[in-house]
Amino acid sequence: MGDVLKKVPVREQAPLVRAANFDEVCLGYNKEEAVEEAERCLNCKNAKCVQGCPVNINIPAFIHEVKEGEFEKAYQVISESSSLPAVCGRVCPQESQCEGKCIRGIKGESISIGKLERFVADWARENNIKPAGAKEKNGKKVAVIGSGPSGLTCAGDLAKLGYDVTIFEALHEAGGVLVYGIPEFRLPKLDVVAKEVENVKSLGVKIETNVIIGKSVTIDELLDEEGFEAVFIGSGAGLPMFMGIPGETAKGVFSANEYLTRNNLMKAFRDDYDTPIVRGKKVAVVGGGNVAMDAARTALRLGAEVHVVYRRSEAELPARAEEVHHAKEEGIIFDLLTNPTEILVDENDAVRGIRCVRMELGEPDASGRRRPVVIEGSEFDIDVDTVIMSLGTSPNPLISSTTIGLDVNRKKCIIADEANGQTSKEAVFAGGDAVTGAATVILAMGAGKAAAKGIHEFLSNK
Amino acid sequence: MYKILKAGKLAANIYEMVVEAPRVAKRCLPGQFVIVKADEKGERIPLTICDYDREAGTVTIVFMPIGASTEKFAALQAGDSFSDFVGPLGCPSELCEEANLEETKKKKILFVAGGVGTAPVYPQMKWLHEHGVDADVIVGAKTKDLVILEDKFKSVAGNVYITTDDGSYGRSGMVTKVIDDLITNEGKTYDHCVAIGPMIMMKFCCLTTKKYDLPTIVSMNPIMVDGTGMCGACRVIVGDEVKFACVDGPEFDGHKIDFDAAMKRQTLYKTEEGRALLAQREGDTHHGGCGNCGGDK
Repeated sequence: MGDVLKKVPVREQAPLVRAANFDEVCLGYNKEEAVEEAERCLNCKNAKCVQGCPVNINIPAFIHEVKEGEFEKAYQVISESSSLPAVCGRVCPQESQCEGKCIRGIKGESISIGKLERFVADWARENNIKPAGAKEKNGKKVAVIGSGPSGLTCAGDLAKLGYDVTIFEALHEAGGVLVYGIPEFRLPKLDVVAKEVENVKSLGVKIETNVIIGKSVTIDELLDEEGFEAVFIGSGAGLPMFMGIPGETAKGVFSANEYLTRNNLMKAFRDDYDTPIVRGKKVAVVGGGNVAMDAARTALRLGAEVHVVYRRSEAELPARAEEVHHAKEEGIIFDLLTNPTEILVDENDAVRGIRCVRMELGEPDASGRRRPVVIEGSEFDIDVDTVIMSLGTSPNPLISSTTIGLDVNRKKCIIADEANGQTSKEAVFAGGDAVTGAATVILAMGAGKAAAKGIHEFLSNK
Repeated sequence: MYKILKAGKLAANIYEMVVEAPRVAKRCLPGQFVIVKADEKGERIPLTICDYDREAGTVTIVFMPIGASTEKFAALQAGDSFSDFVGPLGCPSELCEEANLEETKKKKILFVAGGVGTAPVYPQMKWLHEHGVDADVIVGAKTKDLVILEDKFKSVAGNVYITTDDGSYGRSGMVTKVIDDLITNEGKTYDHCVAIGPMIMMKFCCLTTKKYDLPTIVSMNPIMVDGTGMCGACRVIVGDEVKFACVDGPEFDGHKIDFDAAMKRQTLYKTEEGRALLAQREGDTHHGGCGNCGGDK
């Protein structure tokens, strides 16, 4: 038995090995490790961790079952609250949620709740355990737009309540950001994402791919012509932002969305798939969020020397600490307090470099972070052949512009009640990035869950 | 799966397919496009819509194989299926909006169609014809055998002017020469032009129509992945703005497009695509030798 103040360490692929493959970085706990870690749990009566979880999983209860070796029971406890445990155990920012509130964490390290959740979900998959579905169907049809984290959660919860749910997905494969955005080495597509989608389908949820709401069919038509009694919009973040600097349409400049979609959804890293991707020799990724880390680590695996160019300092990097740590271990170079001013191109309009200025931190701005200020005369060039812009997204207008009576805010995000997902339009609910702007998988799941409750109340009282 | 009901050739290297896609057929309008994928491992390829039948639930696509993926499409037969067929994408042509019809009826419209770009011109002219507007069209091709859709155009257009680069059929010379001839020598006047074809043709059409202050709309077909605004691959420079062809277009004011930048962007994957095509054509006999594609490993 190890030190009770410390987490049971989780096995990972060695940095230099994994930097050259797309296999999962974290290998997860085995049974013995999981039980040992579960034994560290204090099983608090007033469990703070549950409050830290956006979908309120009964964490002490499932950890208790793990401790007892009752893994199937542990899975059913998690399934009551979450439709995607294998995903959440991998990509949730646990350090600022459940684990951040863990009493064990006051003196020593918190319980590794995320890794335990992952273990339970993986065990259930390997043993072919499915979540429990509805006993009776109520025959009421609900449409869910988007098969990302919020849509899958909302659909799963409604199906468990007996609703006849159809998910409409714009792309050719279900999963949303879990498929096109988060790379294979953090979230395996076939073994994890596809299986979680299968689990949701096993509850009776139908998924129709290649349907773009607002183009192929409108929300008003779903309600008026196709017999749906309520609609949940979980259409995700939207259009990539660029800096507006010279050279941004040159060959070799990509949005992180494009770069990751080519690699993850279209599997351009594999020789047996048709979609091409530019394998840069030296790549600059502009931005410091989780998406920037994903793009940087992807470029590295495709064989490049990779620089993350970020205008503030390390303390302000919006990415999870674990992602930054992994990126550094793998050899990503961080050019901090650095801001691009121009993309340099050759005679064929292909990228040959990126011109930057050095920054220093001034007074805190509205976000509370210290505002970066340009150091005069600090201009310098970095030689790169590829630039990946990872600056966030702005909402996609396809749905809001084609739905009568659906209000958006100043930032063009859909306005929805946080408690139940209700929008300005009757029978239409929304949640996830389409409402909040780009955020996390688990917050989107929380919103999907709240909306499922809201839809159930709305249709029960109708 | 999206079943191919009819597959045939319009010319030596131009393919036409009628595909079962009820949701697309129900809503698509002239000017819009679809994204098509052959199979699980295929690439998402944007293609223009050439015709549609709302009752039958079918959409007609026309394409010319230029890379490994479109070669794959070309090999499909009636009875086969595409794994994915999504749309309609992009904004409908402004000319073909009911709300603008009264204005449109007052205009003298000239369409300029070149090569495989001839296909998306047809649904626009058909829509206009059905709404009482007969526009003129110049159809350009390299040579007689590559002239497509001539009869279809004759059934919906005012005047049809065919021209071939080598003079083997119709008039002789580029479409730009015909524009000049019609306006300067044959006394034609136009208030609106729509030019769709290869990028280089659209560029020179726009340079020509600019001389006559003739407003000209072009349809851009840049590199795309998702087609819904998510990836930003399709950005084009329009005036001093960067636009996404998939959500803001594909039709833009041709006099504001930076064609040179657009043409350079178009070549981004050329080498990769070319290599993939060679590997596919040569199959097991593909020996590599270029040192880049790994075919010789």
